[in-house]
Amino acid sequence: MFNEAASLKTKSLEVWRGGLCLFEGLDFTLESGQVAIVSGANGCGKTTLLRILSGMNQAAGGYVTWRGEKIHRLNAESQAEIAYQGHLDGLKKEFTVLENLRFYQAMSNQKKPLESLLEELRLGPYQNRQVRYLSAGQRRRAALGCMRVKTAKLWLLDEPLTNLDTKGASLISSWISEHAKSGGIAVVATHQRESLIQTATIEIEL
Amino acid sequence: MDIFILILLRDLRLSFRRWNELAMPLLFFIIIASLFPLASSPEISQLRDYGGAVIWISALLSSLLALDGLFRVDAQDGSMEQLILSPTPLGVIVLAKIIAHWIVSGVPLVIASPLLALSFYLPLEALPVFILAIALATPILSVLAAIGAALTVSLRGGGALIGLLMLPMMVPVLIFGTWATDAAVQGENPIGALLLLASLAILSISLGPLAAAGAVKVAME
Amino acid sequence: MAFIRHNLVRIVNTISVLNTNFWRWFHQLASPPHVFALAGRVCPWFAGLAIIFLVAGTYGGLVLAPADYLQGDGFRIIYVHVPSAYLGMLAYMVMASSAAIGFIWRMKMAHGLAVSAAPLGAWFTVLALVTGGIWGKPMWGTYWQWADARLMSELMLLFLFLGYMVLRASFDDRDKADRISAILAVVGVINIPIIHYSVEWWSTLHQGPTIAKLDEPSITMDMLIPLLIMIIGFTAFFGWLLCKRLQGEILKRERQTRWVDGLIKGRTA
Repeated sequence: MFNEAASLKTKSLEVWRGGLCLFEGLDFTLESGQVAIVSGANGCGKTTLLRILSGMNQAAGGYVTWRGEKIHRLNAESQAEIAYQGHLDGLKKEFTVLENLRFYQAMSNQKKPLESLLEELRLGPYQNRQVRYLSAGQRRRAALGCMRVKTAKLWLLDEPLTNLDTKGASLISSWISEHAKSGGIAVVATHQRESLIQTATIEIEL
Repeated sequence: MDIFILILLRDLRLSFRRWNELAMPLLFFIIIASLFPLASSPEISQLRDYGGAVIWISALLSSLLALDGLFRVDAQDGSMEQLILSPTPLGVIVLAKIIAHWIVSGVPLVIASPLLALSFYLPLEALPVFILAIALATPILSVLAAIGAALTVSLRGGGALIGLLMLPMMVPVLIFGTWATDAAVQGENPIGALLLLASLAILSISLGPLAAAGAVKVAME
Repeated sequence: MAFIRHNLVRIVNTISVLNTNFWRWFHQLASPPHVFALAGRVCPWFAGLAIIFLVAGTYGGLVLAPADYLQGDGFRIIYVHVPSAYLGMLAYMVMASSAAIGFIWRMKMAHGLAVSAAPLGAWFTVLALVTGGIWGKPMWGTYWQWADARLMSELMLLFLFLGYMVLRASFDDRDKADRISAILAVVGVINIPIIHYSVEWWSTLHQGPTIAKLDEPSITMDMLIPLLIMIIGFTAFFGWLLCKRLQGEILKRERQTRWVDGLIKGRTA
């Protein structure tokens, strides 16, 4: 099915913004079961790095590969293995929580029942409520749920803990450890290094 | 194919939950058309002379105004990121979005246009050709406006810019459309103009979504 | 047999050498200092050609060519109108093709060329419109004739140029502006022939017999030769301006690099 084992590699990545070089010569390799925490001050390029890893942006120099293929030229099968969650929730505010989850599930051809996931996210009572009536934290949980239903192999999470309470934060941290244990790979950019560091196998400081 | 239908249905459902936006293109269409008799004169002979032209120009303008949010809403709430990263080629997704938009904005136009035509005293015999021409033209207009919307998706004041970029490219639609209408009104053969409109529709539907998808990808970086 | 094979091998070798030469040349085109120097070297040639041909063409057009038996001396404006209309079109082609090359191979220098060509094309189109109007006055008795297909398509071309320039200017990020406007240029280049022919059909449809067409007067050889010389002269003039603008554009884009620094220090020292 795939030519190479699941691994995310970067080769001498170089990122510029507004005529300034943010970082260069970034090399790392993540194998199955590894979690990388990306930390650093504001404006050091965490978001840009994650977007480059997802293939949405292109680096000024160097490249990213997933299973040995260039990240922005993946075939559909490999592309389906990648889940990205940025600053924006990606939820349709006119849809209910359930509708949003169902949409992303259908986009990645999954059909599992959603009750337990909603339970975990503490969104059960709100599942039929339109997203526009939810609080910021509830939206964030719903968005992370949408990421979860894709059952992707590679998670790219940009500040997943924003707006989450302690319960929510510990849920996400347990998801990441679980994901790694079951052979997944995750790259997580965060300010709240302490809440996620116990899940990390590698730390990338920009 | 499944994903195509999924996106199509999603956008249709979204438009029905935002009925205010749903009604906008049609309202624009009727309001613009009703300004012309005010600006000129309401005499029957005159209305009949420029009625076809008025309806065509209204169709052009309303399709431009309506499509501004086609990609912008998705870009602002982050769902565009998810669509770009989905395994389905973005061109397919964009085509589904354009078709969904055409169903909720173009089809009402096609339905309302004969009524407007009658109010401008266009002869009844000319209506079938006129409706057919509008039905062929609205998808072209939707695709062109979608390209404009994609080019300006990351700009704040996109709406006015779409007009500047895309109105010159809509000139052929205007020419062939009014040509077909005039021919039908004067009892001449409109088939040439209709065929030209049909070929433009095929060309724009096959190439337009690729251009729009490319622009969206670049704009979202 | 051996002879044929020997020659075949030679041909294949030549092709592969040409091929590697081509790719080396292609990669050099991606290097700003190289392109800057290249534009500087080509510039005087274009300038020389432009001056010689423009002077010769002007003399030929204004003095040597006979007056048209219908339009008198009024027809002589074609020596400016036709070349500038042609150059507006050529500039769009240059702009769109280099923008496409820049988009596909991510060549910044090709985008630089596209940016440099746009205002030139817009000005040539304006010139074509103005001269068309001046020509129209003795012909139609009015400066602007909506029914004339050529003026209308030039007007649309001008709008396409202006749209391209406005779109570029709306982006803060140059890289994004380059690539988005490249898509617009390519969409435009597909549309130009459609716009052109549709406008032509439209004008034949509406043109009554009373409106004289703004057409080439029944042109004779001694009228045509100065026109061709003027077209070559205008093209060389365009090439000259394009090289100058490209150099300026490269300096603007590369202002933070060491070689530009060295260049400026070398000049002032």
